[in-house]
Amino acid sequence: MANEKEIRTQIASIKNTQKITKAMEMVAASKMRKAKDRMNATRPYAAKMRNVIGHLANANTEYNHPFLLDRDEVKRVGYIIISSDRGLCGGLNVNLFKAAVKDMQQWQEKNIEIDFCLIGAKATQFFKKFSANIVSQVSQLGDEVHLDELIGTIKAMLDAYTDGKIDRLYLVENEFINSMTQEPKVSPLLPLAAEDNDELKHHWDYIYEPDAKTVLDSLLTRYAESIVYQGVVENVACEMSARMVAMKSASDNAGDLISDLELAYNKARQAAITQEISEIVGGAAAV
Amino acid sequence: MAENTTMHLDVVSAEKELFSGTISAVFAPAQMGDVGIYPRHTPLVTGLRPGELKIEVEGEEDQYLYVSGGILEVQPGVVTVLSDTAIRAEDLDEAKALEAKQRAEEALKDQQGDFDAAKAQAELVRAAEQLRMIERMRKIRK
Repeated sequence: MANEKEIRTQIASIKNTQKITKAMEMVAASKMRKAKDRMNATRPYAAKMRNVIGHLANANTEYNHPFLLDRDEVKRVGYIIISSDRGLCGGLNVNLFKAAVKDMQQWQEKNIEIDFCLIGAKATQFFKKFSANIVSQVSQLGDEVHLDELIGTIKAMLDAYTDGKIDRLYLVENEFINSMTQEPKVSPLLPLAAEDNDELKHHWDYIYEPDAKTVLDSLLTRYAESIVYQGVVENVACEMSARMVAMKSASDNAGDLISDLELAYNKARQAAITQEISEIVGGAAAV
Repeated sequence: MAENTTMHLDVVSAEKELFSGTISAVFAPAQMGDVGIYPRHTPLVTGLRPGELKIEVEGEEDQYLYVSGGILEVQPGVVTVLSDTAIRAEDLDEAKALEAKQRAEEALKDQQGDFDAAKAQAELVRAAEQLRMIERMRKIRK
């Protein structure tokens, strides 16, 4: 049986760990709330944009932007993978990478090569090991992500698509379902899926300044960017809630360990006392 | 008639909603020159330059919003401004894309720098796994 002193130091060290995990849990909880607000704040932009694009696409059937064209032959594909910068958030990133790798198998079977665009330090660490072809990368975005920091990274991929270097572009992100559940999701980003919405069927004769092509070009680029940006903001919310849950279970585990150790400590103490008494009694009897 | 003297305006950026409400006029820095939009304006789509958006609301003081470019869309009764949050220019975007590519190359080269952190992290994960294992064993033994 371990001696009393050993158990006592063990309890002290676990208590310290518990303090840290508890603090991290609370920090993650408050950050999650802010991240969720930010996530909701990004929604109107994408919704409005989808509306405008819908109108324009309906009004301009003669101009086909490359983003809207589905290419039959696929020679190379691109993946944008959104991960977090830091760990200690349960299986969030690992699950995401698993989903990505699984989705990529269908291309690898057909000997189609894959280009990567990695957002977040964890994705870089993971895909570096596979000697993957990383086209662009960004990390250390912090909790408050600005679109500004993402433009270059996304543009590298969008340009590759426009130039015909890649024929499909996928987005791998975590979907925030609620604070307990986050699910990895692989969705096609380009070509943009045409939305058949009856509400958009009526169209107006717009005046375009400078011209339809320029306006549609800049709209579609921004739209693709805003989807990725939304994914990144959502990922921050996912990261925080996953961390909160992971830290909560770590604190609970530490609590269980402490109560077990305290029991062992008390037993050891009792045993020591009993032994001492029986030694004294035994000694007295011998005299 | 109310619908002839007012219209709805939404100003949104990728990061948040900036304005939403009923207005009587809006002035915007369009790419081909400043435009003023009054109710019953003909449908229009135009790019915006960085500049000031002036919003007039009946019986209230004018509001000013800064936009760093974007798109303005006018539909009957509804005006939408999709505002950029960043200053955009073709060559500026190009530079940013190049930067992102360089970062990717550096990340591949820089095996050493991250190595210690990655190794430490791997060890931490292993230690945590072991702890959980011990915990489980203990529960079974009970």
